[in-house]
Amino acid sequence: MQLTSTLLVATAKIISGYTIRWVDCLPDTCQRIYFANHTSHLDALVLWASLPREIRELTRPVAAKDYWEKGWLRRHIAKTFNALLIDRNEVKVHQSPIDLMIREMKDRYSLIIFPEGRRNPAEEMIKFKSGLFYLAKKRPDLELVPVYLDNMSRVLPRGEILPVPLLSHITIGAPIWLEKGETKHQFLDRARTAIINLKDC
Amino acid sequence: MLNLFHQYLWAFVDVKRVLNLPFDEPTAWLIATVMLLLILASAAGKLLDGTSEQRLNTAIVRSFNQRIRSWWLMSAVLIAGLFIGEHGTVVLFGLIGFWALREFITMTPTRRSDHRTLFWVLVVFTPLQFFLVAIQGELFLIAIPIYASLFIPARIAMANDAKRFLERSAKIQIGLLICVYALSFAPAILYLDLGSNKQPNVEIDAPVTIESAANEAAQRTSWSHVKDSDGNDINRNKGLLFFFVLITQLNDVLQYAWGKLLGKNIIAPRINTSRTWEGVIGGAATSALLGALFSWVTPFLFWQAAIMAIVISFMGFAGGMTMSAIKRDRGVKDYGTLVQGHAGILDRIDSLCFAAPVFYHLTKVFFAI
Repeated sequence: MQLTSTLLVATAKIISGYTIRWVDCLPDTCQRIYFANHTSHLDALVLWASLPREIRELTRPVAAKDYWEKGWLRRHIAKTFNALLIDRNEVKVHQSPIDLMIREMKDRYSLIIFPEGRRNPAEEMIKFKSGLFYLAKKRPDLELVPVYLDNMSRVLPRGEILPVPLLSHITIGAPIWLEKGETKHQFLDRARTAIINLKDC
Repeated sequence: MLNLFHQYLWAFVDVKRVLNLPFDEPTAWLIATVMLLLILASAAGKLLDGTSEQRLNTAIVRSFNQRIRSWWLMSAVLIAGLFIGEHGTVVLFGLIGFWALREFITMTPTRRSDHRTLFWVLVVFTPLQFFLVAIQGELFLIAIPIYASLFIPARIAMANDAKRFLERSAKIQIGLLICVYALSFAPAILYLDLGSNKQPNVEIDAPVTIESAANEAAQRTSWSHVKDSDGNDINRNKGLLFFFVLITQLNDVLQYAWGKLLGKNIIAPRINTSRTWEGVIGGAATSALLGALFSWVTPFLFWQAAIMAIVISFMGFAGGMTMSAIKRDRGVKDYGTLVQGHAGILDRIDSLCFAAPVFYHLTKVFFAI
């Protein structure tokens, strides 16, 4: 387990050449939700790999079950980075993904989520799904940390299998919380703006 | 006095035998000199950093210290290369070229449909070029100019996207040409078999002239390959490569320094405001002097080394100007600031890339056996 996890981090580093910058936010093992823009299948892996080791061990990327359970390699990788797999197709009557996330987080783990809901190749981020809002509402103690992933769409764009080892960059910004009286719409807009603002800082 | 010098020299030779250094004596001396200079420069940098901020331009001090750091790195790479052999040096240059091309493409906007072409360029052609250098055929000379540069536009065409087609092809071609093809000539220097106009080295059992003037050509014994006292093969081209990199890097600084001291006539203010005619000429003159000074590590006579240094100087200038133009066009100042925290290797090797093929060619034409 340890070996493959080290191997996975090294591979992520070689393929994406990432550097990470913490702006107005320091690495911490407190419970957080890292939410980022989503352009590539590598996003979850690279963001997870770039975190300092003691934080990485406590951080679980939330990923699509239909993608990560296909084939031995993907299953193995998902297991190594301790992914929390969500079934996108299952009817969400009995349990919502939010409840599942909260249950799986316990009082220990942090999560990586992509509120756009799917990979978006366009420059402009699409509207956020409401999951982030409900997470913030049900667990007001969590720090919601915006993350901007730059250049990942060029490393492995949608629809490609082989990555091109360019250089990418990760910017992590100041945490936000759900304000009192803030509507779902307002909050999701503010969260989206928080990521957009990281582009130019 | 002379006796003392001899004793010192012998002590050195003994050390060399004990350590079993895989390179010849002049190269060892050159490394020692460079190390000494670097230590002095680092000490000077520390000292400058400590002085009060009003008296010195902090930006200049910072760039000076940055330069010294990258020099340490480059020397470490070269010296590591000396120990791990020729192929190891090729691999190290290959990694540098790969990283430089990565920076180049990251800075250059490409379209989604260029993805597979970029994969070929970065993952196939780049390692292949350095592999071809290491196997010492002629193929490394034509692999990129012929095969890769014709393959690139064809592959882009197959991606079914005609938008800005010529521009996209040219961007990828020029990146591969400068960062990989041109740079690969530097480690290729190691595999040249060179002769010399100099007297045969004392280390070799000097053949007493049997047929003297009749066959002058036969007197051009291999300068590149000699045997040490234990009969091990020593490749003296490692010293020549060190000489080349040293002059290139020193010339960068000299051009900058002369430009700061005397610079009045800026060559192309819209491209680069720090490159002046005074800097170029002053840099070439001092580089020539340094080239002659270090000629003992090369197969060149001192005046030949001076001419080589002048060529290196002008090519280094050409490389710097070209890269400045590309950076201005893209609106970035340094490749290092392009993506926060990256080293900016391309900033350091632009002159090396331009000088390497020309230095290789001239050395091959005039000195290869």
